[in-house]
Amino acid sequence: MDLAWLAAGIGAGLVVIGGGLGIGKLASSAMDASGRQPEAAGAIRTSMIIAAALIEGMSFFGLVICILLALKA
Amino acid sequence: MDGDGIELPFIGTLHLPELPTVFGIDLTPTKHIVFMWIVALLVFITFYFIAKGYKKSVIPKRLANFFEVFIIFVRDEIAEPTLGKAYKTFLPFLLTMFFFILFGNFMGLLPFSATFTSNIAVTATLAIISFFMIQIGGIKHNGFFGYFKGLIPHGMPMWLLPLMIPVEILGLFTKPFALAIRLFANMIAGHIVILALIGLIFFMATPYVAPVSIAFAVFIYLLEILVALIQAYIFTMLSSLFIGMAVHQEH
Repeated sequence: MDLAWLAAGIGAGLVVIGGGLGIGKLASSAMDASGRQPEAAGAIRTSMIIAAALIEGMSFFGLVICILLALKA
Repeated sequence: MDGDGIELPFIGTLHLPELPTVFGIDLTPTKHIVFMWIVALLVFITFYFIAKGYKKSVIPKRLANFFEVFIIFVRDEIAEPTLGKAYKTFLPFLLTMFFFILFGNFMGLLPFSATFTSNIAVTATLAIISFFMIQIGGIKHNGFFGYFKGLIPHGMPMWLLPLMIPVEILGLFTKPFALAIRLFANMIAGHIVILALIGLIFFMATPYVAPVSIAFAVFIYLLEILVALIQAYIFTMLSSLFIGMAVHQEH
């Protein structure tokens, strides 16, 4: 029985929850802003992609630690 | 992932030659290194022909026409907003980074090839190159002591300095570290998900899982194409942003 695998699994789940919530909130406000002002949709889309990649980068930090844990066991 | 030989279709594994160990570094080429050379050669040949096309006329023909979209994109959306007037000095570096990472990411999507950007050593090297460009750009434009003095924001009370100096110096190192980890993790996550989905067929040991498994794998594959483009753009954009912050240090 190895606790590292359990930790990796629970960690990966939490990472996905965090990333999903963050990017969901970002996408929701981007949709609101695009609906409010359709001419700015292009600029909003570009900023949304950048912010989504940064938030995803944070969630990948957690993923790398989970991979390290799973490989150690 | 990384391997000692290259798998070719219908021929088998091509084993790479063993080279001696020099100063403790093993020099035998691995699969990722061979594909890095192939992609570097491809980028060089592509841009050699694009540059030759521009010598004849300013209006580009076929290959240059296609790549002009990306080159203008890097110049107008990435270099000019973040670097201001000094963008001409750093534009070759940004273009090289963008196209090397883009070609490398796309190379990993072809069958029987390797994604060398999913190797932490390669992404760490690219991040170290960005780190040196940031420091050299900042020191050249602001002077050696001016650059380090400009790291501390304006109007900071004196008693906060012992806290701000280590924080700012640490910040110099964490930003390229995040660049390396972001590119590495994005590339390897896509491949791991596809391997896990296809491996589910072997794990369940029934062929009836195959349609669902392959459908999901195709969807993740399409997502990976998008991620390849976005990650090349994000790496270049963040490198250019950090260089801009180092060169123009007024917050």
